[in-house]
Amino acid sequence: MPRITITVDGIKYEEDVEPRLLLVHLLRERLGRTGTPVGCDTSNCGACTVMLDGKSAKSCSVLAVQADGCDVVTIEGLGTNGTNGSMHPMQRAFHEEHALQCGYCTPGMVMAAIDLLRNDPEPSEETIRQGLEGNLCRCTGYCNIVRAVRRGAQEMGRAVNTP
Amino acid sequence: MTVQEVGRARRRKEDAKLLTGRTQWTDNLSRPGVLHVMFLRSPMAHARISRIDVSGARDLPGVVAAFSGQDFAGEQGSLPCAWPVTEDIVIPEHPPMAVSEVRYVGEAVACVVATDRYRAADALEAIEVDYEPLPAVVDMRQALADDGPKVHEAGNKAFSMKLTSGDVEAAFRDAPVVIDRTYVQQRLIPSAMEPRAVLVDTDGEAFTIWSATQIPHVLRVMLAVVTGIPEHKLRVIAPDVGGGFGSKLQVTAEEVLLLLLARRLGKPVKWLETRSEGNLTVHHGRDQIQHVRLAADADGRIRALRVDLLADMGAYLMLLTPGVPTLGAQMCNAIYKMDAYEFACTGVFTTKMPTDAYRGAGRPEATFVIERVMDELAAEIGVDPVEVRRRNWIRHDEFPFTTISGLTYDSGNYEAATERALSLFGYDKLRAEQNDRRDRGDPVQLGIGVSTYTEMCGLAPSRLLGAANFGAGGWEHASVRMLATGKVEVATGTTPHGQGHVTAWSQIVADALGVPFEDVAVLHGDTAIVPKGMDTYGSRSLAVGGVAVVRACEKVRDKARRLAAHLMECSPDDLEFEAGTFTVRGTESRRTIQELANAAFTAHDLPDGVEARLDSDATFDPENFSFPHGTHLCAVEVDTETGMVRIRSYVAVDDIGKVINPLIVDGQLHGGIAQGIAQALFEEAVYDADGNLLTTTMADYLLPSAADLPDFALDRTESPATSNPLGVKGVGEAGTIASTPAVVNAVVDALRPRGVRDIQMPCTPERVWRALAAQEREGGQG
Ligand code: FES
Ligand code: FES
Repeated sequence: MPRITITVDGIKYEEDVEPRLLLVHLLRERLGRTGTPVGCDTSNCGACTVMLDGKSAKSCSVLAVQADGCDVVTIEGLGTNGTNGSMHPMQRAFHEEHALQCGYCTPGMVMAAIDLLRNDPEPSEETIRQGLEGNLCRCTGYCNIVRAVRRGAQEMGRAVNTP
Repeated sequence: MTVQEVGRARRRKEDAKLLTGRTQWTDNLSRPGVLHVMFLRSPMAHARISRIDVSGARDLPGVVAAFSGQDFAGEQGSLPCAWPVTEDIVIPEHPPMAVSEVRYVGEAVACVVATDRYRAADALEAIEVDYEPLPAVVDMRQALADDGPKVHEAGNKAFSMKLTSGDVEAAFRDAPVVIDRTYVQQRLIPSAMEPRAVLVDTDGEAFTIWSATQIPHVLRVMLAVVTGIPEHKLRVIAPDVGGGFGSKLQVTAEEVLLLLLARRLGKPVKWLETRSEGNLTVHHGRDQIQHVRLAADADGRIRALRVDLLADMGAYLMLLTPGVPTLGAQMCNAIYKMDAYEFACTGVFTTKMPTDAYRGAGRPEATFVIERVMDELAAEIGVDPVEVRRRNWIRHDEFPFTTISGLTYDSGNYEAATERALSLFGYDKLRAEQNDRRDRGDPVQLGIGVSTYTEMCGLAPSRLLGAANFGAGGWEHASVRMLATGKVEVATGTTPHGQGHVTAWSQIVADALGVPFEDVAVLHGDTAIVPKGMDTYGSRSLAVGGVAVVRACEKVRDKARRLAAHLMECSPDDLEFEAGTFTVRGTESRRTIQELANAAFTAHDLPDGVEARLDSDATFDPENFSFPHGTHLCAVEVDTETGMVRIRSYVAVDDIGKVINPLIVDGQLHGGIAQGIAQALFEEAVYDADGNLLTTTMADYLLPSAADLPDFALDRTESPATSNPLGVKGVGEAGTIASTPAVVNAVVDALRPRGVRDIQMPCTPERVWRALAAQEREGGQG
């Protein structure tokens, strides 16, 4: 079995993995990162989205061996998540705008939203809608998600601009 | 002065864990030594199982056991149908695992239990099954033909029912206007984002079942009935559940089989559905052929309505399968007055996945029929579609109003909601633009669709459910307890899976007991923690469960009052209660409810006959349904060259009575409207002539993404429900019920001048284009 080295949410792991093991299963079943859920088996829903070396990736369509040497950030590593820890501005924006109901799509949606802002820090509604096309939500009708991404973008912009 | 919590846009208590990945989805849970189960499923729509051999799987590494249906034949029982809508309904045996015959693609025929899921998947391939093919039955009309192939020995008709009110024949005789249409409600796949999952553990005698379900309480009863395991040995937990929309309002084969496997193996077992498995085997929704006839006077006043449904049951009757279409009996007449009405429904067996409740359950279908045909009536007599509704709807001064189908609508104001919607929408301006585009022959035509819906929800008065042959009551339960330190715990019988009950119930309790919102915890979804409940579906949680919470709080307050009177040596009648404090009228003497909770806990000085606790519980059974209503308006741009439909604007003004949390209400409407639009424009579960489902993945079954939908403009009017003390009506299904006909009406409206008067849902570019092409071939004006 191949051995891989992978950093997840700041912790470095060495794992022996079957070649066919999916990254999302490594995260969920071996490393206890159940914050990243699985919603489909055809890479359509985006629920499993994580940051892989700083870019969003659907962790169900990456093999664990392909992530050898990579740095993975999941929803659990985004803020400082102690009981009194602080959330990432995008997580806070989702809360403020009521952009989640059941919350199943939320980890992936938040990751995709943050990734979207890498290319366009002040996206229009249209850009946000197009940018989130790979992430499905069955509960919200997306209205509040779009609002949350806008708010998150503003707050992240502010954070960058404050010395 | 304290702020009233009810009515505030409180941010949700539920969010923090969901946003930070600390959620307890069933698939996140495990038990030491857990074994993983996978099912082998029938690739045939209809076949006899002539041989099945699981021994090859048993020998593989990591495999603990493998079983076929034969191995469960003696103990698996039959999956329940709790709604036998007629006396002579045919309810076929429905074994959780097929034993000798399969009747839809995806039906479980065998299973493997292994140490991990990858091994279990490998082992499935080592199971041998020989099938003797039988003819598939996919078309409802053919299914009812006498000499066609049968799904079950008893035939393909599950039931027929009819409701008649008034003299329908007379009303149709000599009617100046008669409209006759047939609409098809395509089959839908509910597609909650969280796939189903089940985990069962046992101590050798009792069982704990974790399931991604909307109905832990109902499930517990049903599992006891189906398996014969005594109810008190079963504990069912619905941990965090990722959406349901009715699809998790079910007693599933997998839940029963996992329970039986845990009993047989004495080990914890777990099953997780894949999405493709789910598309095949989570019950589907809708699937009706609707024949509608409407008779009217020349000015558009409705004389009579006649609706005749064929409803596809699929291969078996599941928990509520036959009840769903029959809900249309009371709903097709909607908000309109008429002299006579007839509703008939025939349930038909086919070799497909059974249908059952999907958001709105029967009411979206009914609303579609009436709201589509109202537009046809408007076109026929040449008046505006809003005007034709106005001429027929129940006026606000006519409430309470007993409808032609026998329900009594307690409150409503269709005029107010419609006026508000028209002005928000800019109706007249859009009509002007539409005319302009028509005159110009613009290749992109504008269509305007309206839907003035109502629905019956808040399921439901137990007496009425009994009269409708429903197998359970419609009450809801809550208990409220003040803890020693003055905090409050609420246990609710409702089972939220995205609806925000924890937040909304906290707001209700904060006002009722005068405690801070933050001091309230809401427990749910565990039969050991909430001993009684009827769970969450049918927009019932607030209108029934929320009221139970209020009632329990009232009882707690009464107890607190007695205790306060004792401690302050006055009569209970001398006490005023405000903002959580009892004050002896006209004095400075006071006790907070928190102090009283502590006094009840220490019990040092209790009045005689008062127990050492400040808690209570209540069960609420409503006396009537609640009737949300509203007016939805949709503007679409239809490209007549490509058939592409784009929603330009969408306005919804809903009257859902009193609002506890406007943020949550708007969220429910957004999601509901999106699902209704999805039926109108995108989604369809497609079976081929051999009964194979072609839309097994999210790549084939088109759930709309953010890029496919517009923003929605929402507003509300408020006619409080009179059937419950909160004045609330429920909002979970309203958006879905209203939006589908609004969108299709808009698409048809755009093309009506070209002779198009119907487009089969989903109105894909291809269908729109074909409808136009067909009219052109016929030379237009149809
Ligand atoms: S689970 Fe990865 S895209 Fe659906
Ligand atoms: S919040 Fe439920 S799927 Fe998005």
